Amino acid sequence: MKKLLILSSAIILSLSAFTTGDGDKIPSASVKKLDGSSTNSNTFKNDGKPMIISFWATWCKPCKKELDAINEEYAELVKETGVKLIAISIDDARSSGKVVTDVKVKGWTYEVYIDENQDFKRAMNVNNVPHTFLVDGNGNIVWSHNSYAEGDEEKLFENVRKLAKGEKLSH
Amino acid sequence: MSIKSTTRLLFLFSISLFYRTSSFAQLKDELGAIHGNFQIDAANYQKDTIIGADPGSEVFRYNAFGNINYQKGGFSAGVRFESYNPPLLGYLPGYKGSGVPYRFARYQHKDIDITVGNFYEQFGSGITLRSYENRGLLYDNALDGMRVIFTPKKGITLKGLVGKQRTYFSLSPGIVRGVDGELNVMELFDSILGNSKTKVILGGSFVSKYQEDQNPSLVLPQNVATGAGRLTVIRGGFNFNAEYAYKANDPSYQNKYSYREGKAIIASTSYGTDGFSMMLSGKMLDNMSFRSDRDAQNTIDMINYQPDFSKFHTYSLMAYYPYATQANGEVGGTAEIQYKVKKGTLLGGKYGMDITINGSAYYALDTIGIAPINDTLRNFKYTTNYSNVGNEYYHDFNIEITKKLSKKLKFTVMYANQFLNQSIVQFNTPDKEEHPDITSHIGVLDVTYRYKTGSAIRIETQGFFGKYDYKEHALDANGNKNITNNTGSWMSGLIEWTPSTHWSITVADQYNYNNPVIAKRVHYYYGMIGYVNGPTRVSVSYGRQRQGIFCAGGVCRFVPASSGLTISISSSF
Repeated sequence: MKKLLILSSAIILSLSAFTTGDGDKIPSASVKKLDGSSTNSNTFKNDGKPMIISFWATWCKPCKKELDAINEEYAELVKETGVKLIAISIDDARSSGKVVTDVKVKGWTYEVYIDENQDFKRAMNVNNVPHTFLVDGNGNIVWSHNSYAEGDEEKLFENVRKLAKGEKLSH
Repeated sequence: MSIKSTTRLLFLFSISLFYRTSSFAQLKDELGAIHGNFQIDAANYQKDTIIGADPGSEVFRYNAFGNINYQKGGFSAGVRFESYNPPLLGYLPGYKGSGVPYRFARYQHKDIDITVGNFYEQFGSGITLRSYENRGLLYDNALDGMRVIFTPKKGITLKGLVGKQRTYFSLSPGIVRGVDGELNVMELFDSILGNSKTKVILGGSFVSKYQEDQNPSLVLPQNVATGAGRLTVIRGGFNFNAEYAYKANDPSYQNKYSYREGKAIIASTSYGTDGFSMMLSGKMLDNMSFRSDRDAQNTIDMINYQPDFSKFHTYSLMAYYPYATQANGEVGGTAEIQYKVKKGTLLGGKYGMDITINGSAYYALDTIGIAPINDTLRNFKYTTNYSNVGNEYYHDFNIEITKKLSKKLKFTVMYANQFLNQSIVQFNTPDKEEHPDITSHIGVLDVTYRYKTGSAIRIETQGFFGKYDYKEHALDANGNKNITNNTGSWMSGLIEWTPSTHWSITVADQYNYNNPVIAKRVHYYYGMIGYVNGPTRVSVSYGRQRQGIFCAGGVCRFVPASSGLTISISSSF
């Protein structure tokens, strides 16, 4: 029980101090395009408009729910804010062949990359999928969210709209 | 975790947090960025004789890790602290202890990328080499050594590496050396083929391991090499991948010290267009287990990855009897069709409907002579008849339909028919008396109701109806029907309430309603409260976990029944 106490106080201490979104650039890592060629994550850009970077996998139900929910409003959101969604699949060799078929059948128009060696996932400190990041027009990572619950996309849309207007974000 | 190591961990985090405060913002661009993440899963177990859960004297257990990474331009470095005192039930007990098993420095500049220390790498499909981590499964065979990636020209990637694999908190006795080359034909001949709609990628890899022969009775090869060639063709929604691999003779604990060579063919093709896709994957693996320690077991010291294409089920009863690639050899394949019924049609309704049909079948190789599993006298050799297949190992035919009825209501319904040759696949023994073949029908209904923005209720019901085949040994010595390892059929129900996007509350029950042993017809209840804020996730759960088989990395392990309180925290910064 004593151990549990030490552990919980350590956790509470560290949690209370953690903040995200102080504006670092996207770290560099090699990822694969769906046409098999490689590119570096530090080349992700969207002409001064915000970007959403969403980590997902073909076997992850909540990830696909989230990307489906975003997809329903995506065309409208792009028109309004100029946002671009970059979907990073962390599928390994077992399922990476399914990434392209899932994307096609779902009709997603996102920019999709495969992070088969999970170098980008490590560089972005992602523990579990889904994990979604927001990048402002200057290429700074300003917000992130782990997991997906029904309705989470509303908060994301709100934040994208704020970013497009140059406003500050809160969680 | 001892007080000392907790303090050390806190100190590290405090430094990184202090460094990240806003007063340092201007300096940061010059000094580089510090980031990290951590996760702690801790449990307080209790004895629960009804389900056979007995944690022994170590009732408090945890798995914890924290990463701290530094990056400035092309330079990055990082460390991971890990602690298990002892690890949670169901994980390999060898992970006991604390330490820093992962640290690296990496420099990328133009055409060169050098890493010293620990790294993860994969050549092609992974059949010759894959060093990989999955923290949730506690699977980690990181290499410790050096890797160079060289891109002399657009379209050419060359990789070279040497190192030893992580084995718990130390290193494997074997040394791994490997090279890989990949040629993107269209990128390489950009001026002539740059506009081609067809993309062709060729690749080849060579990996060798060295381990001293200390066996008193066998003359074992100290150097074992494996090589592979691969091809990828992509055109529009069409994708084709194939890889062939060969391994020199490699006697090991896994193949009962057989001196036979290994071979593998892996191929997969897929086509996708708006609203429709199909995929077909096939493989033939023959004695391709490759480890840096020939005597290693479980998921330890695996150099390569023998891919598994069977469907990765997320509903618990669908995954009750899971499959894993058979390390000594198998042949089979998986096919999948996905179809989206268009909006505005009779079936599609207002929002459309998604249908996925998936089927897998895997068989033993048709071996002549004695297969490794029966080779108690170590004959060392057998031949394979590639024109035929052996006994069935596994099949899974399933159909999944997802439909949104209105803005508020949607459901998924799923059915599967599965077969598992449990004795061979999960217990590596031909004994059907203890471990009968299992045929099952499984059904799932999953309904989500979003009653207002950000608030939802999800209800999931599942049924598992199993038939345990004891035809070879129907009666035991006393003339009673043998019911070892027969748990009959199961039902399960789950309610997940998400009152706001921050909170979720789950209650669930799995009921073994017709276990042949009446005293074992028990409820496995479970409750969880979860909280999410940005990148931070905290959950507290209490309940029973049934014993089961967990498969990862091509190896199945037994997870004992457990009962107790679990706390889980993860975050990144």
